[in-house]
Amino acid sequence: MNEAGSKEIFVEAVGLAAPGFANWQSAVSVLRNERPYVATALPPHAPVLLPPNERRRASPTVRLAFQAGEDAMQSSSIAAANLATVFASSDADLNIIHRICTALTVTPRMISPTDFHNSVHNAAAGYWSIAVGARAPSSTISAHDYSFAVGLAEACGCVVIDGCDTLLVAFDLPPPEPLYQKRPIAQPVAVALVLSRLSTANTLAGLRYRRVRASPSTMSTPDLETVRLANPAGRGLPLLELLAQRRDGEVVLPVGENAGLAVRLRMV
Amino acid sequence: MQNPAPNLMKPLPISRYTVTSALGAGVQAHAQALRSECSGLRQLAFDTNTLPCWLGEVADFDKPLPAERSQWDCRNNRLAEFALAQDDFVAAAARCRDRYGADRIGVFVGTSTSGVQQTELAYRERDVAANRLPAWFDHRTTQNIFSIADFVALRLGVSGPRLAISTACSSSAKVFAAARRAIEMGDCDAAIVGGVDSLCLTTLYGFNSLQLLSADICRPADAKRNGISIGEAAGFALLDPGADAAVHLLGYGETSDAYHMSSPDPDGLGAVAAMRAALACAGLDAAAVDYVNLHGTGTMANDSAESRAMCTVFGESLPCSSTKGWTGHTLGAAGIVEAAISMLCIEQGFMPRSLNTREKDAALAANILLESRTAKVRRTLSNSFGFGGSNCTLLFGAAA
Repeated sequence: MNEAGSKEIFVEAVGLAAPGFANWQSAVSVLRNERPYVATALPPHAPVLLPPNERRRASPTVRLAFQAGEDAMQSSSIAAANLATVFASSDADLNIIHRICTALTVTPRMISPTDFHNSVHNAAAGYWSIAVGARAPSSTISAHDYSFAVGLAEACGCVVIDGCDTLLVAFDLPPPEPLYQKRPIAQPVAVALVLSRLSTANTLAGLRYRRVRASPSTMSTPDLETVRLANPAGRGLPLLELLAQRRDGEVVLPVGENAGLAVRLRMV
Repeated sequence: MQNPAPNLMKPLPISRYTVTSALGAGVQAHAQALRSECSGLRQLAFDTNTLPCWLGEVADFDKPLPAERSQWDCRNNRLAEFALAQDDFVAAAARCRDRYGADRIGVFVGTSTSGVQQTELAYRERDVAANRLPAWFDHRTTQNIFSIADFVALRLGVSGPRLAISTACSSSAKVFAAARRAIEMGDCDAAIVGGVDSLCLTTLYGFNSLQLLSADICRPADAKRNGISIGEAAGFALLDPGADAAVHLLGYGETSDAYHMSSPDPDGLGAVAAMRAALACAGLDAAAVDYVNLHGTGTMANDSAESRAMCTVFGESLPCSSTKGWTGHTLGAAGIVEAAISMLCIEQGFMPRSLNTREKDAALAANILLESRTAKVRRTLSNSFGFGGSNCTLLFGAAA
């Protein structure tokens, strides 16, 4: 990678679902500090893109991923069916792991078949491809608390190297007790970005990244910093803050201990 | 349709690979087992399993990790530790690290369930009244999907980009594609890819709930096949653009079925697209391929859809077989196990037969090998398909 970083690609659209952020459009004024952040609970989402059978079976985790993905598609000029996908989640669905591991302690051991097929880490990716009819490449990654930026780098690779316009969706849901004590993801957060190879009339910004040894960027207010730290997907908020403020700049997102992705945005 | 595929790739040398499964520890154990026609599947006791089934269990590895890695101790990481110790893989990775620098080596590992067995054990010991898991249970180093990638990087002393891919049974095929992208992006100079999945009750009872677990031994392509046998395995490969190597990754193809969460598209359209994308990525046509290692799970639906896909891409004569009658379905490790077997076929001039197939299903038109063959093998395709309609095909070739 040269000093300037990776080849420039383009941010086509953004999606967001988190407490106080029902969608990207309403989040923009808060991230511009024009309106205070109010941590209202995120209402349950009924995915509009899913056929009825799949909608019935979709777990809360899948619904959360859809909430951000569908929000991004609202403002994308590239159709969902034409997008590759990268889903990035530390733990996908610990609610299901909890139910399965509990069921395995009881005789007779009865696991719900729907739970089992929803337990795969790539369940959200599978439902998404069915919902939008996308036969394009799709990956689902995990990098614990670093899942957002690691997923972003993988999505950039899909765009630059494979030439696929790509939807990134980072998401995690709080686990139930007793797992919560071991993995305290405090808030549900999902962030989506549509990344394209070429700029369009819709393009928000050019994006490139470098790998750096640096501490992650933080948010400008304690409330927003709480959201950033409450969930692996929240680690992407500094990038969304730049996008909302329509500001050229660089933010460092964590990809490891003392390892970051310095993501540079150029507004267009 | 979209994205006029510009991703023609340069062959990527694979300077070392290793595999451990029910067939044994290391590449030579696999070569011997495949030639001696000896399945690794057994009817044996595992944990507290009460389901009648055959299992592909790895022998002699389930020992606590050394003290400096004890925080990571669980069946999945134990299997990774044992597999990394085969075929001088640790030494090969160390040489690569010394050459490029620890932070220039990426780690990309596929798994479907990571250390979930540790969570199963923790739930058995949980304090129900207080709703509390035992103090010894560490989510981050065992249950978390990423723990396997983190553990492999720790074990090999490398600190470049690292991630886990978890797309069910295509996981450790897709790591080759992710590694190639990271190298091309300049994120790392070389990459360690791999896959690890270990036996657990979650997958045994889970596949049983979907009526996909056979009480019989796995019989790919058999007229009376009725499901999978589950195995465990781990394997790794070192992708080094600067190395001389006997075998190269020539291409990959990744697609989605967009059909159903746990059944393949009956016409195998996603599989067709994955195989064609792998050929296009390598700039080769179908005639360049000598053998295809099938996903071949032994379920009615998979083997039927995959045979259709094979015939669409290659016609009815290209030799192909599933090796899951030998290893069982190793789920998130199936991609790396079958990649290793595909590379072994090239190096040894060998095509393994479809083991346990008594009478080939007449409805399957693909040329599924019922006898193993000795022949020159220049290029092999390896198919891996997963729940969620996740397909990945890898194309390997002898060094030109």
